[in-house]
Amino acid sequence: MSLQMEQHEYGTPMQRYWSPYAMNGGTGLAVSGADFAIVASDSRLSEGFSIHSRDAPKTYQLTDTTVLSCAGFHGDILALTKYLEARLQMYEHEHNKKMSTSAIAAMLSTILYYKRFFPYYVYNIIGGIDDEGKGCIYSFDPVGSYERETYRAGGSAGSILQPLLDNQIGFKNQQGVVKTPLTLQKAVQLVKDVFISAAERDIYTGDSLVIRIITKDGVKTETFPLRRD
Amino acid sequence: MAATCVEFATGGFSFENCRRNAILEEKGLKPPKVYKTGTTIVGIVFSDGIILGADTRATEDTIVADKNCSKIHYLAPNIYCCGAGTAADTEKTTQIISSQLELHRLNTDRTVRVCTANRLLKQMLFRYQGHIGAALVLGGVDSTGPHLYSIWPHGSTDVLPYVTMGSGSLAAMSVFESRYTPGISREDGMKLVRDAIAAGIFNDLGSGSNIDLCVITKDKVDYLRPYDEANKKGVRQGKYAYKKGTSCVLTETVRKVEFVVESTQVKVEAMDTV
Repeated sequence: MSLQMEQHEYGTPMQRYWSPYAMNGGTGLAVSGADFAIVASDSRLSEGFSIHSRDAPKTYQLTDTTVLSCAGFHGDILALTKYLEARLQMYEHEHNKKMSTSAIAAMLSTILYYKRFFPYYVYNIIGGIDDEGKGCIYSFDPVGSYERETYRAGGSAGSILQPLLDNQIGFKNQQGVVKTPLTLQKAVQLVKDVFISAAERDIYTGDSLVIRIITKDGVKTETFPLRRD
Repeated sequence: MAATCVEFATGGFSFENCRRNAILEEKGLKPPKVYKTGTTIVGIVFSDGIILGADTRATEDTIVADKNCSKIHYLAPNIYCCGAGTAADTEKTTQIISSQLELHRLNTDRTVRVCTANRLLKQMLFRYQGHIGAALVLGGVDSTGPHLYSIWPHGSTDVLPYVTMGSGSLAAMSVFESRYTPGISREDGMKLVRDAIAAGIFNDLGSGSNIDLCVITKDKVDYLRPYDEANKKGVRQGKYAYKKGTSCVLTETVRKVEFVVESTQVKVEAMDTV
């Protein structure tokens, strides 16, 4: 006889759980430079020990100058991006112009906080070009806390990548080093290299890497293969 | 003279902290996590022996702890054993049984039989009622021919022509179910086992990296590690070597070490080799 049955017979109360959330893994990364921003993510969609898809990139182009990276619960990602797109369209119809990157970031924050007690389980990073033509990055927590940064990694391997970016882009913990501004070429190379490393050690990161390069001329997409194990 | 405080181990497991740990857990202490190797391990019987196979990834939750660990363990010259589950349990259980088998060989002056290894393993695992988290694939060749067993953590065992275990066992078994034939040749068998492990490596997130193989026949064992690299590591484009002096020196003290010179001559002494 199972333990649960015994408890039931003695009439002790039993609590049953159901979780509306799942964790579908995935890693997102954004880096900004003087006149560009890069938003990258892997394309693996997984749950537990299984892979649902090897071709599900987690980057979403919102406007000509803004790209969003989402990691976490895929169901919420779908719901959130669908709602975001509707709001962007409403803004365009009302104001007869595209939303700026900073305005999208502010709006996303209110959308996330609106569901403070039943949050979207999504880790968001926005990358784009700001009103002055400079590259900009905004990172969020699932309930809407956000700040502007120059680089940020998020999702399942975010905590592996962030210290590396701190060191290589932020020049942290380095003495007597020349702090050269980040070029687009160096940034793309660094993004590929850190994702190769993340795929080595994080089981939820792999298959392929999608890099979205945002400049004033629009968004270019590049893909790069990663480990598939 | 003060008595020594060190107690020497008397053999077997020590349970002396069990009661203390139970009280600590009741007060909210989280017990430490152990390495659970999400794994694909397999074995088949082929025309003249046994082929064992394993992947080489060890995980700790979602992080890869070891990219090239060895999961095919030695039991006796003619018997090997793949381990899945808690890494420490598979390692130690196979070592303990290997030691007992060697003593048995010395006592009986015969090549030990695979059924003996199976009986020793299942009795040990049953005694600990599943608390030793070892799931094993045992294979070997003895005077009665090739034998293959799967052994579960609670001590039950199966005798089968092809077996898989670990988190990638379903992926690997799907390959066996579609392509295994009794009396399969050595070459085809190795290819089949390779593909079964590869299925686990690519479709199970707990399995990865390389493929190890162990081919056991009547008078020879081929331990192939690695047999195949399932996927190549990406090539990094940048260089990440630091210039000398990049690390910050926080404090620096220089102290002179006083030497006591006892002798300045070096005497040649023969090495003690006996």
